[in-house]
Amino acid sequence: MMVNEKDINEQIAWAKINTDVLRSMENPRKSYWVAVAVCLAMVATAVLAEYIQYTVGMGVANLNNPHMWDMYIATFVFWIGMSHSGTLLSAILHLLHADWRKPIYRFAEAMTTFSLLTAGLFPIIHLGRVWNMYWVLPYVSDRGIWPNFRSPLVWDAFAITTYLSASMLFLFIGMIPDLAICRDNTTGWRKKLYTALSLGWEGNDRQWRNFRKVYLLMACFLIPLAVSVHSIVSADFAMSIMPGWHITSFPPYFVAGALYSGCAAIITLFIMLRYFFRFEEYMTLPIMEKTAKLTFAIAMVWTYLNLIEFASVWYGHDMYNKELLIAKATGPYAPIFWGMLFCGSVVPFALAFRKLRRHMPTMFVVSILLNVGMFFERWMIVAPTLSLSHEPWQWDVMWGSIVEWALVFGSFGWFGLLFLVFVKVFPSVSMYEVKEMVFHRNMTAGERDVLRMTDHAKPVKQTPGVEGA
Amino acid sequence: MSLDNILNHWSDYRKAAEDGGFYDPEGNHPYEHRWTMSIDLDLCNGCNACSTACYAENNLAFVGKERFEKGHAMNWMRIERYWDDQEKDYPERGASFLPMMCQQCGSATCEPVCPVAATYHTPDGLNAQVYNRCIGSRYCSNNCPYRVRYFNFYSYYDDAWPEPMQQQLNPDITVRDKGVMEKCTFCVQRIRSAKEKAKMENREVRDGDVVPACAQACPTSAIVFGDTLDENSAISKLWKKHQVRRNVTKQHKENPELRGYRIFEELNVDPSVMYLERVREEV
Repeated sequence: MMVNEKDINEQIAWAKINTDVLRSMENPRKSYWVAVAVCLAMVATAVLAEYIQYTVGMGVANLNNPHMWDMYIATFVFWIGMSHSGTLLSAILHLLHADWRKPIYRFAEAMTTFSLLTAGLFPIIHLGRVWNMYWVLPYVSDRGIWPNFRSPLVWDAFAITTYLSASMLFLFIGMIPDLAICRDNTTGWRKKLYTALSLGWEGNDRQWRNFRKVYLLMACFLIPLAVSVHSIVSADFAMSIMPGWHITSFPPYFVAGALYSGCAAIITLFIMLRYFFRFEEYMTLPIMEKTAKLTFAIAMVWTYLNLIEFASVWYGHDMYNKELLIAKATGPYAPIFWGMLFCGSVVPFALAFRKLRRHMPTMFVVSILLNVGMFFERWMIVAPTLSLSHEPWQWDVMWGSIVEWALVFGSFGWFGLLFLVFVKVFPSVSMYEVKEMVFHRNMTAGERDVLRMTDHAKPVKQTPGVEGA
Repeated sequence: MSLDNILNHWSDYRKAAEDGGFYDPEGNHPYEHRWTMSIDLDLCNGCNACSTACYAENNLAFVGKERFEKGHAMNWMRIERYWDDQEKDYPERGASFLPMMCQQCGSATCEPVCPVAATYHTPDGLNAQVYNRCIGSRYCSNNCPYRVRYFNFYSYYDDAWPEPMQQQLNPDITVRDKGVMEKCTFCVQRIRSAKEKAKMENREVRDGDVVPACAQACPTSAIVFGDTLDENSAISKLWKKHQVRRNVTKQHKENPELRGYRIFEELNVDPSVMYLERVREEV
């Protein structure tokens, strides 16, 4: 029954793909404006909270002496993690020739960029003197003062700006053929915008060849960048000497967690786009199944790395670390700690059942729960170490104030707002890649082999018009 | 030239904790002084005079009861109280006191993590905190095992010193604004003026020239302060007497009865403060 199920309807007409996707960018319905209004309200609340924090001081966030970081940094790590979804789908799966990613990678890539734009706000928000934030950048000044290159926060600044610019570029480059389609099918301000953005794309052979090369190059460039950016974020913790932070396995743990939350978010947005934009023909159940299986695999890797961490702490017999682990599991943070393990390691088993994988409402709830678990994970990395570090006199438990939570929730509004604007201005399904996918699947096995050998390889004779838009 | 600065001092950026920061046991180190402290816990009666003196000397803000309870206090010098195990019956009951302030670590964990190098190691062996450079990322405090760094969560200068309290502010140092980290400096302003005075009089800084506010105020003289590079200073003799060595993660004493120890030295942070254990009769 399931053996021959197709990822996508291979008989779908190319013109229909264009119409379907272009239709999704027009005529926003009432629910769209409601979503925009909700997101705007969240952002406005966050801006108000930030204004209060800026003028009064960091104390309004309930931060105190042992809790110098808390929720802002946890949210920062959460959004950085979210940004790994797009790179996974568009770069790693691209290199692996997993063509089922094609209908869903565009919005995942947009997610990458927007979650980085969200994540980048938090190191700024959490600074005590935010007006001096540019001091972490190495600019040449008369005074000869440089940032401290040994500090992981400076590495962060480099890693995030590099990753942000690279992923933005990747998103843009991958969109050029689609922007040309939009240009040819729109009028008014949209026409002007797409004409400028499509950079004179005509779809001739030379352009396609260069495009493929650049895209592949960017994909190869982005993968190590994605791994390094979250490793560097983990260095914020791993480079310290604090119990619960100074852990060697943090870089892979963070990367696995990042891919995990990214995948879960892809499922969430997949279902929303499928439902709201009627993308049933592109965001199909088999693709959902594959994404869910991938998420399940990553969830198991994350669980394994968690167990490694617990085991190494437990058998390592480092007093501070062990006490902290016990305190996490039994102390005031216990509900969040166990909630993290439940949502992160137990809930994903729902993805192991075919029936549940194909049931969209269940998948929606599961994907949200997975990300709740991942948010808890980041919280449990940052807060307990601050609460229970070496110095027992400064042991304290702190819960964030309304200002802090307003900024945390506001970040979701900000992300949502960017995403809502994106889906109405840019095609959220890659039209040319879906066509490519349909075309490839209609080929015989022999033809496909020939193409695979020539694809990305030396510029031998390319079948003309193979990937034509 | 600013580029020269970074290129010429590149090796300073690469100093690892294993190097013990600037310290070189052979004696080839750039230290001019090595200010250290000793606190005799057997003499400490927890009177808080040191803390009070510190407030007066260093323009520490009074944050009020509510903010104190929230953990916003700025007590650079704090007296920690630890209570006896209720199960055991000691001849003398009550709290044990531990005056805790910045340990001016030789390989301080706060220094490498500051993104803007606002906290750095001075040739005096101190961890300097440059208020003007601090951007308030608070990483230094997170990485401090002693948790002795205090952040200005609010602007205090309006209400911390109501009229005419502002007249008692120490003119030798600044009043910090919100968003800046601060901590015990070993009364760096007193060290500075002692050095300047010595220079004016064309002599070396003598032992006893510098007395930090806490040591000055301590009624039982539990706090001794001085320069350990000066072989004949009281503090040098004390360190030698208690056979406490620097740049080690574990002390190996010939006489286990000696009371000197350093807090968290097993973390390899090389604190500059030696504590002398409280003498207690066992049950």
